[in-house]
Amino acid sequence: MSVPIVLFDVPGPRARRLSLISSIVTGVLILAGLTWIALTLAAPRESGGITLPGYFDPSRWDVFADPAVWERIIFVGVGGTLSAALTAAVLAIVLGIILSLLRSSEIAWIRVPTAVVLEFVRGMPVLLMMLFILLVLNTGAFVAVVAALTLYNGALIGEALRAGLASLPRGQREAGLSLGMRPLQSKMLVEFPQAFRQMLPIIVAQLVVLLKDTSLGFIVGYVELLRVTMNQLATFYGNRYLFSFFVVALVLYLIMNLSLSRFARWLSKRTASKSSGKRLDPTDPGQAMLVAQASAAARQSEANDGFASR
Amino acid sequence: MDAVIENLPTYWRGFSMTLLLLGVSGISALVLGTIIAAMRISPVASLRAFATVYTELVRNTPLTLVLFFCAIVLPYLGSDLEYETAAMIGLSVYTSPFVAEALRSGINGVPVGQAEAARSVGFGFGQTVGLIVMPQAFRMTIPPLINVFIALTKNTSVAGGFFVFELFASARELANANGDAVIAILLAAATLYLVITVPLGIFAGQLERKWVVQR
Repeated sequence: MSVPIVLFDVPGPRARRLSLISSIVTGVLILAGLTWIALTLAAPRESGGITLPGYFDPSRWDVFADPAVWERIIFVGVGGTLSAALTAAVLAIVLGIILSLLRSSEIAWIRVPTAVVLEFVRGMPVLLMMLFILLVLNTGAFVAVVAALTLYNGALIGEALRAGLASLPRGQREAGLSLGMRPLQSKMLVEFPQAFRQMLPIIVAQLVVLLKDTSLGFIVGYVELLRVTMNQLATFYGNRYLFSFFVVALVLYLIMNLSLSRFARWLSKRTASKSSGKRLDPTDPGQAMLVAQASAAARQSEANDGFASR
Repeated sequence: MDAVIENLPTYWRGFSMTLLLLGVSGISALVLGTIIAAMRISPVASLRAFATVYTELVRNTPLTLVLFFCAIVLPYLGSDLEYETAAMIGLSVYTSPFVAEALRSGINGVPVGQAEAARSVGFGFGQTVGLIVMPQAFRMTIPPLINVFIALTKNTSVAGGFFVFELFASARELANANGDAVIAILLAAATLYLVITVPLGIFAGQLERKWVVQR
């Protein structure tokens, strides 16, 4: 954040004291709010003449002492989520690569239909795709979840890669061609590796989205973390554990997603030091902005191409 | 095809609920996101920290889990919200950090030189922000914001899994009722989603192109 420092004078002692005081005051207010929520949850409640224990009462958490519960959460729940996410991630990257090549093809007969299909897939909810595959192709829930996630994220990754390809300096392609490479050779050996590396942080950020979206499998009946904790276990052990199971599911999702996000950030730093020095941070300036910038650059270079060939 | 035409009223009921969800949660996410973005760039450190933690946590929570909390855990904790209201709250909360990030990236995207130039000709804070930074940031924010709303449109379908009768739920119900015309029914629902998302996407693309010309 370099902007606010430019926006106003460097704060003097009074302004700094004021900011410190307001910082402490709001901090106390936020903490008080959080404590209030915690206390409300912890307080025992009256319901229809029976006093229910508070939500942090040991009787609401004792199921987690049972290793069988954890076994089920980890192996069936997390395992189901991760296996769907991993399969879909690999397939989505492959599909994305293929789509980006088709989309930036020289032949209009390939390029235009691909663009239409991409637009169609990107504008549709993943959930509807899952339902479509489940009902029309009559597959199992796993195949439906993986196929829908692959299609949707493959389309988005493909679009990001295409933007990366188009935003490369034209000289790269010209140099490849002038060395006697065929267009496809130049694309695969010269341009594509650069585009892929530049867009890698965006691709990983997209994989975080994919991991989150596996939870949609809950709605179409795929057995993953959410279904195991909130549906199977909560039904089996009784509804009084519902809140506890929710907290555990939330924490597990956060662990998985935050570590993948952290990996994306680390990756962007690492690739930045190696390549041209243009740094892409997938989380900080907002992913949408990055894709927007890349595709804007792509359009600009396309426009330049058109101008040069005229 | 006949199944689609016969059931147009059902589609319309679902579609209007989708539009309602989109409108209400879009506006409240915009308000909430603006507040978060303002907290994020405020000089008060504890507000900044709160906004950062909120953004990180909510962005990394699946929407299904958020809606599950609003629709099933909240009533269990003793609230008596309608499912529609619960879905709207969930969607707004889930969308707000994305709005905040889009706004923040717009403000960060204005080159520092602009603010420096404004300051060096003697503008104060209000003038620098109001006349120089904000007009540029606003324009750069619109395309990513539209993308956020496109994502929100698609996300409203998740509410269909939590007892809200919107487009996805209506498609599911119709598909179950008319086993022989599943493809047509689902494609019709997809078309209705595309009716919202594709024009928005084209609009965002056009704005992006304009924005490129200016830079």
